[in-house]
Amino acid sequence: MAQMTMVQAITDAMRVEMKRDETVLVFGEDVGKNGGVFRATEGLQAEFGEQRVFDTPLAESGIGGLAVGLSINGFRPVAEIQFFGFVFETFDAIASQASRMRYRSGGRYTSPVTFRSPFGGGVKTPELHADSLEGLILQTPGVKVVIPSNPYDAKGLLISAIRDNDPVVFLEHMKLYRSFRQEVPEGEYSIPLGKANVVKEGSDVTIITYGAMVHTSLKAAEELEKARGAKVEVIDLRTINPIDIETIVESVKKTNRAIVVQEAQKTSGVAAEIIAQINERAILHLEAPVLRVTAPDTVYPFAQAEDIWLPDVKRVVDGLTRVLDF
Amino acid sequence: MSVTTAVEQTGNNTPLQILAPDGTVVRPDLMPNLSDDELRELMRKMVFTRVWDQRAISLNRQGRLGFYAPVAGQEAAMIGSESALSKEDFILPSYRDIPQMVWHGFPMHKAFLYSRGHIEGGRIPEGVNVLMPQIIIAAQCTQATGVAMGYKLRGEKRVAINYFGDGATSQGDFYEGMNFAGVYKLPVIFFSQNNGYAISVPFEKQTAADNVAVKAKAAGIANARVDGMDILAVYHVVQEAKQRGINGEGATLIEAMTYRYGPHTMAGDDPTRYRTGEEQSEWEQKDPLIRFRKFLENKGLWSEKDEEAVIEEAKQAVADAIKKADEAPKMKVSELIDVMFETLPPELEEQKAEFLAKESK
Repeated sequence: MAQMTMVQAITDAMRVEMKRDETVLVFGEDVGKNGGVFRATEGLQAEFGEQRVFDTPLAESGIGGLAVGLSINGFRPVAEIQFFGFVFETFDAIASQASRMRYRSGGRYTSPVTFRSPFGGGVKTPELHADSLEGLILQTPGVKVVIPSNPYDAKGLLISAIRDNDPVVFLEHMKLYRSFRQEVPEGEYSIPLGKANVVKEGSDVTIITYGAMVHTSLKAAEELEKARGAKVEVIDLRTINPIDIETIVESVKKTNRAIVVQEAQKTSGVAAEIIAQINERAILHLEAPVLRVTAPDTVYPFAQAEDIWLPDVKRVVDGLTRVLDF
Repeated sequence: MSVTTAVEQTGNNTPLQILAPDGTVVRPDLMPNLSDDELRELMRKMVFTRVWDQRAISLNRQGRLGFYAPVAGQEAAMIGSESALSKEDFILPSYRDIPQMVWHGFPMHKAFLYSRGHIEGGRIPEGVNVLMPQIIIAAQCTQATGVAMGYKLRGEKRVAINYFGDGATSQGDFYEGMNFAGVYKLPVIFFSQNNGYAISVPFEKQTAADNVAVKAKAAGIANARVDGMDILAVYHVVQEAKQRGINGEGATLIEAMTYRYGPHTMAGDDPTRYRTGEEQSEWEQKDPLIRFRKFLENKGLWSEKDEEAVIEEAKQAVADAIKKADEAPKMKVSELIDVMFETLPPELEEQKAEFLAKESK
């Protein structure tokens, strides 16, 4: 076991998969010699050579098309989009091409691409770097979306994503890259896609969350427990498409109260889908409506306004209080 | 090598011609090395494709086919290029490039099922190296780089060809694909069929550039401009581009000057709104079938009887294929769910169960 940051765990996952499977290729802008703008691909080109780890021209759509073409020709591309705010340049490759390859060919071709991309707020990036755009992919049939919240999950989930025979968008929250270290096993292990993790058990109210908001939610849960003794259950979704409905519903049936916490704007992200699922499957178990704690429905804030815009511990505590006192 | 001459010299000039419209050979030095049987086979495929196109238009009007983009006029560009490839080369077609797919091994009845919107129309048989027709214009240009990079990484002597029209050259993906292919020196052929129009918009409204071929300069790849109504010239430049690709010399952009006699698609487009009768008849004089027929007749390789035999063969093949298409089973939602993922997520399993219950009633 080694103590790793999330970004180190991500590099390690790619290294493990590149060693195991020679069809795994890593490419994107500055991922080669430079080792990536966040050092996520550090050392990979030196270890595996320029045939396996290489820089591309500065063109996201070209990167996406390259990945799709390689994937139908027997390779397993791990393509990096430098910041997920740039996904619009390559949205066709993800949402109209990779996602539909298996379906439109009746299973003849598949597109096992992993699109890795950083996102997320709290580090004062310039425009269109931090936006939470996972909801767009959630609404795209045929592609999975994974968002890890810690080093251990990041490695196990990325290994699963690379091995998955369908396209996966793997979103890495920038604030979590180096914010803490965790024990991460050497070598290979995997965490199944589509399975949530109950990171804290509780009996009075459930928080359903993902990404950086897992940590915000855990702090809020702690505060609330200190303040009024209510036991909060916290679910880290880990995969937001497909969503682990079973774990959510099971928890709601136990606690009878829930909130969804996401960094994305209120009408973006996954909160609405989760609430709809709870309404369909567990309404008779609810003591209160399921509320959302989210960012407001504006464009992602100017860097100086992140602190007042992003959901924080206080807003999560408020949300919990409202459903508990309903 | 004489072939290199064609690729390098034609970029900004008159399109390369081997056969003049009267069927005489004007560039004997570039004449492809084809046997009499191979020459006759090119003619057979062109006549067959012309008849097939006429039948497809008629079947569409009868409601027996769905989406269809006519090909008459473009036979030399389509068949000349496909014939210069080997079966292991990979074709990434646009929605109009069904003939190349079929001559590459895709069964005609499946092409009809594609037209109708049936899942079997996308199920390319194993060993047939084609992708489903691309609807998103120029997406195939970037995907071809990936296929070609795969060949290069494995050291395989194969090329990827992608087809698109003149309008597609305004897309970002057209440029990005060429540029990636240039940087990585990939064995790709970018084949533009310039028929002068993107639906109703003429080429001069796509770009102020002289032509498509010069756009290769922006990516630093080779280019060729060819008379797309001359099957031998098309065959020659594609053969050369393929050779360059498998020799490790990189990608080539080919612009084939051609014309579609029919509408853009059968979905209500009326070309008389944007094209004149004079222009149409001018291009009809350049019909690739007439030119190549004259050439073969001069050599004693083609007769009216040969032509009639192909016409009958094509009509029969179309009739057989449409019959086979009719026999395809009706699709079920449960079956569509099944091809979404290798392993279905629980939500889709649930939806599949719902539809299976409905389907069994």
